[in-house]
Amino acid sequence: MFTNFTGTDDYIASVELQEAVNVALALERPLIVKGEPGTGKTLLAEAIAKGLNQPLHTWHVKSTSRAMDGLYIYDAVQRLQDSRFGDKDVGDIRQYIRFGALGTAFRAEASSVVLIDEIDKADLEFPNDLLHELDRMSFTVNETGDVHTAKSRPLVLITSNNEKELPDAFLRRCIFHFIAFPEQDLMARIVRVHHPNVREALVQEAIARFYWLRNLPDLRKAPSTSELIDWIGALVKGGVKESELADRVPYLGTLIKKEQDLETLARFQKRRGR
Amino acid sequence: MATGISERGEPLFLEFFYFLRKQGLPVTAREWLVFVEALAKGLCAADLYRFYAIARATLIKSEKHYDLFDQCFAHYFAGATAPHGFAKALDEWLKTPIPAPQLSPEEMAMLEKHSLEELKEMFEERLKEQNERHDGGNRWIGTGGTSPFGHGGQNPAGIRVGGGGGGRTAVQVAAKRRFKDYRNDLVLDTRQIGMALRRLRRLGRDGVASEVDIDQTIDATARNAGDIEVVLAPPRENRLKVLLLMDVGGSMDPFAFLVSRLFSAAHKASHFREFHSFYFHNCVYDHVYRDARLHDRMSSDELMRWLQPETRLIFVGDAHMAPYELTAPYGAIDYWQQNESTGRDWLKRYASHFRKSAWLNPIGQRYWRHPSISIIKDIFPMYELTLEGLEDAIRELG
Repeated sequence: MFTNFTGTDDYIASVELQEAVNVALALERPLIVKGEPGTGKTLLAEAIAKGLNQPLHTWHVKSTSRAMDGLYIYDAVQRLQDSRFGDKDVGDIRQYIRFGALGTAFRAEASSVVLIDEIDKADLEFPNDLLHELDRMSFTVNETGDVHTAKSRPLVLITSNNEKELPDAFLRRCIFHFIAFPEQDLMARIVRVHHPNVREALVQEAIARFYWLRNLPDLRKAPSTSELIDWIGALVKGGVKESELADRVPYLGTLIKKEQDLETLARFQKRRGR
Repeated sequence: MATGISERGEPLFLEFFYFLRKQGLPVTAREWLVFVEALAKGLCAADLYRFYAIARATLIKSEKHYDLFDQCFAHYFAGATAPHGFAKALDEWLKTPIPAPQLSPEEMAMLEKHSLEELKEMFEERLKEQNERHDGGNRWIGTGGTSPFGHGGQNPAGIRVGGGGGGRTAVQVAAKRRFKDYRNDLVLDTRQIGMALRRLRRLGRDGVASEVDIDQTIDATARNAGDIEVVLAPPRENRLKVLLLMDVGGSMDPFAFLVSRLFSAAHKASHFREFHSFYFHNCVYDHVYRDARLHDRMSSDELMRWLQPETRLIFVGDAHMAPYELTAPYGAIDYWQQNESTGRDWLKRYASHFRKSAWLNPIGQRYWRHPSISIIKDIFPMYELTLEGLEDAIRELG
């Protein structure tokens, strides 16, 4: 069995992140990954599933999501509808139970990866409602009384954008990792994965320019990794040369999304030009 | 080494556990056991960097604590990182930081940026001048504050006292303090206030019917002799409306920064159905104002006609004034107010119109015996404008 996650060909993971994933795998505990948007939290789940060669079940949490939804939904309306025609046995409630991402993973024969994406979008109580199920890796369907227990415990990956604090009791049960913004050399490797055929000089110059931009003191929304990757893509498509990056930022719209930030940048470029 | 436990034996790590707790990291025994379990499975394979990564992943549950953890780790596994001589005493000072003021990007830019050479010179000079612990302020070395020296404070070009830098061994990485920007024990920041405000909500069904209401559907279908009749209901959403009334000017000036932070957090809290804010000076009378300069006014009567009693009312003010401003007709501090009803009567009208209200006071509770404060405290439930007070107030309003 794969117990040593080291990233994949197209996902570069820091040593800390690799260890966090490995600990979560070895101890069969949920892994919480936090970090600013665009640092590849969601992609991590795909990379792990790919690395483990296991199916990935994704649950995108919304502000209206309830903890129960991830386990199963009882489709009462369908059952009521079917009761009118008598072509199905409505006495069999089981056919109206639809399993969510967690429920599906618990019921599967082989182990899998479950991604609970952006858990902080939901109600504050939401994580607490899942505590028991995540601890035991089992749940009961109230309508039928069936108990489903995971035969092999799936790796549960939970991402959070830091919109809400997660409850302490929940955190205590999980492995935690915060994805810090990559430093320049790691960033160069990440960019290489996405743009393997771009000239080294252009990549270096673009990254240097990107960090310069990111570190402007007054920026309201600093550009993220995914924006850098898009930007380099745009530079390549537009045939921009590295020398042109020295005094201007072409396709600025891919990096800077706020009006105020454009003004800030204009101010700094003027100062730099002098 | 297969178990990941070094030759110094298990007590080494237990000692580390207590060391972390002593430094204020909220590591629980449960988390410690998870850590030990990971070691027992041989995950770290005698590699200190991996040991560091595993310890952090299992013990630390917030990036806010990464910085402190890194320092603890570097300190514990490499001995003191603090420089020699008086710097050691300095390190003692720095161990118990007081809250630092949070500076906006604009203020940060305003702070002068010294070159490293200048900083070093100034640092030595000040060390000579300084002979006691110092917290806050913008000149001395200490904790909090905006001086370029010390820690826990903010200065874009500051020198850190203590810590190290360099290569990629675990201790060195830990000593790099990569996560110090994520600390938040030092400040009451906008995000914390925002978090607290998020708890303020009342879910209700209003608006476009787009969800199936199962109970109603079953009921309607049964009445319909089994022929399906689907009943739709609007989805649940927050329908809380919030009115924020803020005292400006005069005695509130020292708190302007704190209040503006609450204000911006409340504005950003997009989950309210409606959010309105108005200003007043010392007490509300016949009018409140749309702008902080008290020019654009709206009558209190109109305000109360416009906003239903369900709207949550939050006052922010020090409630500190001459008692006659509350008890006498025409007692308003601003002559043009010409209030026929006393300030106290106006406050009572606000309190009786809005079903739930709270008063947040930036002045500490121990000063609340002041006459005007006690009058207002009898009308509105009063809370300190601290994170804790805010949370209590929100419980009251919820």
